[in-house]
Amino acid sequence: MTTIDHNPDDDLVVHPDTAALAIEDLRLSYVVRGTPRAVLRGVTFEVRPGEAYGLVGESGCGKSTTAYAALRYLPSNGQIDGGRVTSSGQELTAMSARELRRFRAEQASMVFQDPVQAVNPVLKIGKQVAESFEVMGQSKDEARKSALEALRRVRIASPESVMDRYPYQLSGGMLQRVVIAMGLACDPKLLVLDEPTTGLDATVEAEVLDLVRDLRSELNSAILLIAHNLGVIRTMCDRVGVMYAGRIVEEGTVEDVFDNPSHPYTVGLLNSIPRQGLRKTDRELFTIPGNLPQIGENLPTCVYVDRCPIATDTCRTEVPPIVDRGDGHWTRCHFPDRIDDIPEPEHITDVVAAGDEEVIGVHGVSKTFRQRGQEVPALVSVDLGFAEGETLGLVGESGSGKSTLAKTMLGVHEADEGGAITLRGRPMAGKATKRVEESIRSIQMVFQNPDSALNRSWTVRRILTRSITRLTGLKGEEADQRAMEVAEAMRLSPRHLDMRPRQLSGGLKQRVAIARAFAGDPNVVVCDEPTSALDVSVQAAILNLLATLQRNERTSYLFISHDISVVRYLADRIAVMYVGRIMELGPTDKIFEGPNHPYTEALLSAVPSVDGAAENRIPLTGEIPSPANPPSGCVFHTRCHRVIEGLCEVTEPEMRELSPGHSIKCHLTVEQLSTPVEITPSDTLADLAD
Amino acid sequence: MDEVDPDQIAIDPGHIGHDPTEIPGTPEFDAVAHAHPEDGLDGAPAATRGQVRKEQRMVLFKSPGFIIGVLIVGFWVLAALFPSILTGVGPADFVEAGPRAKPGDGAWLGTDGVGRDVYSRIIYGARPILIVAPVATAIAIVVGTMLGLVMGFYRGWVDEVLSRIIEAILSIPVILMAILVVFTFGRSTPVIIFTIAVLFVPAITRTIRSAAIAEAELDYVTSAKMRGESGLFIVSREILPNVTGLVVVELTVRLGYAVFTYATLAFLGFVPGNLTDADWGIDVSGNYEQIVRDVWWPSIFPALAIASLVIGVNLITDSIDKALKS
Repeated sequence: MTTIDHNPDDDLVVHPDTAALAIEDLRLSYVVRGTPRAVLRGVTFEVRPGEAYGLVGESGCGKSTTAYAALRYLPSNGQIDGGRVTSSGQELTAMSARELRRFRAEQASMVFQDPVQAVNPVLKIGKQVAESFEVMGQSKDEARKSALEALRRVRIASPESVMDRYPYQLSGGMLQRVVIAMGLACDPKLLVLDEPTTGLDATVEAEVLDLVRDLRSELNSAILLIAHNLGVIRTMCDRVGVMYAGRIVEEGTVEDVFDNPSHPYTVGLLNSIPRQGLRKTDRELFTIPGNLPQIGENLPTCVYVDRCPIATDTCRTEVPPIVDRGDGHWTRCHFPDRIDDIPEPEHITDVVAAGDEEVIGVHGVSKTFRQRGQEVPALVSVDLGFAEGETLGLVGESGSGKSTLAKTMLGVHEADEGGAITLRGRPMAGKATKRVEESIRSIQMVFQNPDSALNRSWTVRRILTRSITRLTGLKGEEADQRAMEVAEAMRLSPRHLDMRPRQLSGGLKQRVAIARAFAGDPNVVVCDEPTSALDVSVQAAILNLLATLQRNERTSYLFISHDISVVRYLADRIAVMYVGRIMELGPTDKIFEGPNHPYTEALLSAVPSVDGAAENRIPLTGEIPSPANPPSGCVFHTRCHRVIEGLCEVTEPEMRELSPGHSIKCHLTVEQLSTPVEITPSDTLADLAD
Repeated sequence: MDEVDPDQIAIDPGHIGHDPTEIPGTPEFDAVAHAHPEDGLDGAPAATRGQVRKEQRMVLFKSPGFIIGVLIVGFWVLAALFPSILTGVGPADFVEAGPRAKPGDGAWLGTDGVGRDVYSRIIYGARPILIVAPVATAIAIVVGTMLGLVMGFYRGWVDEVLSRIIEAILSIPVILMAILVVFTFGRSTPVIIFTIAVLFVPAITRTIRSAAIAEAELDYVTSAKMRGESGLFIVSREILPNVTGLVVVELTVRLGYAVFTYATLAFLGFVPGNLTDADWGIDVSGNYEQIVRDVWWPSIFPALAIASLVIGVNLITDSIDKALKS
């Protein structure tokens, strides 16, 4: 049996002489307001040559710090307290500043989360890419040629014209390709990718991931990939390490770790995402109780013990050993065989079907903005209806008009003449300031980012009572009483009422935002990506809360999200939006069964799944057209893989019903839509939008 | 609460560990108790406000810049309030050492051209500058903040019109403006305060305006609009409390400039009072011609006093700013 005297990390073996990256017992802390606070508390792992290694974990667990430490990039307040970082036998932790600079220039590269911040906005792309070759000692002409070649390598269709552009003229996905091209300039032995696709749309994310996967086979460089999206890790990596509170708690091949998790934390992470088509009517999502320990906090013997559902006395008194699970798969847990004792959340029995009667209706609503004298139709004749207790999922790429629709419904934008937003059949005023109290009360919104949505200088109590007073007319004591009730329904405790938003965690802030939306007993709550800023475990708790509130209050949701599995879990019906138009609308089952509109088909194929290999992805080439200048005929014809020459670019198709309640806006027949499409390599080239 | 959600469960060490089947989700767990009552319940918790403030105060009080700044400014405030504690000689008294006595020759910092004690005049001269500078800054801050908030929130034509007016004020040279105002309204303390305030309003307005624009783009403002709140409510209750930190920084920065500007105006003779009154700017202007005759002390020492007050205020400003950002 392992005792505290024996450091279990001694059992981990790395090969600093051969590994592309070997990190041994790395300890690192940040100095915050004068005190050093431990972030990494003994991290040990290696990335073998040519291997892709992933790190996962909740935010704050030390993933990004590890990524930066791998190239010895440290913020000014960071200090290494112990341990070694080695790459192919060269010890980074012992290098001088000069050696380190050479190492970074010639042998390693890093790609950051936000490509916009990684490029110089005033230099043309060609010059920037060429610069990374000039550093390697090439002449200006050579470097320019190499730059062109590098852009071609990252599958950019017209590299010559991209070379002459400035960063602001390129989309996020295109820029990330450019950044990767610069990173590959030195043929790195080690490529560190820190959340490379987090800020990108699902379709663009899929493209960038495909690219990195292709490049791996060409380059034979080792990759360290940091991502909070487990699906990305699953589809990209050979091996994965699960990080918690600055330590790795489980490691193994992606198949072993994701299919046979052996640490309660890994199980918690995997179970908190809706997988394998789980629906809100099946069961609640798994949540992880408690919080990640803060940086600098003293840790108990087992780092996870405070949140572990199967912890015993042993876990509190003894450091868990490294338990080998075969084939290099290990876990830092006393009881890996009791993983199956972790209970599943109970199945939901009291399923209440959505009502039939339309509560809120959106009828022929268009919204045209004026920009420099030009008319920009951001919404074109949108028809949607919300029955009581129904969730309508709204999906589409960024720029498809999802948020404009939400804001028009809420009266931030005034809809064009002709359309109507109705409450039980009666139309309401366009602007919120002109709406009667009942109309304002009937539609409320939960925003994506609670930090932005909650006034940070107000207390929770004030945030809630103000909305209650405005929406219901209750004042003083009564409003306060109602605030307590609403807070309790959100499972906020009374002491939270006197706190300010920044004293609350991300999940609690989002609960306050939801409480505010529910303050006036609304009919429809618009949820604009309410969980995309949250960790998966917190996301699960919020989704559970929304589902419970819907069962109890019979509230309808317009649920906007780019995460298809989340939409699938919560939505009864799904609407697909493109350039301000609804392209497909149908019950969730029908959308996932198909046949679908070609756009939906492409969107669905782009999702990286935790459950195994990705299917044949249908690429969406180019960028979403600007609503200021929409394509003729069917707006999707410019990017459609099933386009009918001579018809689609001329005539705009009508909305057509495939089966009861399931309609698409497409010329193709059901038979045509059901035949699989062939994907040619040229389809995956990224091109500029005109 | 009839149902207990696992993500709300605080784990009480006393409960866990005896029975392996006992897991969060059973009602035995107290849903409200928590080891750290100030922590959040789900997701990464934030450090408490009190704790952060305390640590920021520690950083502030330990920084040498802050300590030196407070000592300097504190000394001048003391001089302005109770000059007689620091010197027994009146500002207009002629001392025994006679005119143009060198520093140390019977007077600590020497005497000026007519035989008055330079040290006493500096001590008494702190008062006018420490009245005018803070009052003018305060007025400029109030007006500038109001204008900045209104412009930043409403944008559109309100912003356009006020922006042009502000640019017009900025385009007039400081000295020209002072001459115009003083010659039109006469030399009095309120006029000087008003002049300095008008000079400072544009810069403050611009700073607050850009902060208000950033705030107006946040969703809490959208949310207030969705509730049908009035513009006045949004500006004064929603946005204003979120820019107060900036207002404080702006206040201290402008205070340093106000000291400087007042001293300049005093040097040029735009301030009220006559030549016998103790005032740093007046003393510099009354004595600087004697520097060529090697009598530097009656002008250089008041000039140093001005510089020390500006530096002291700036040291405090910088330290506060750094502590807030740490």
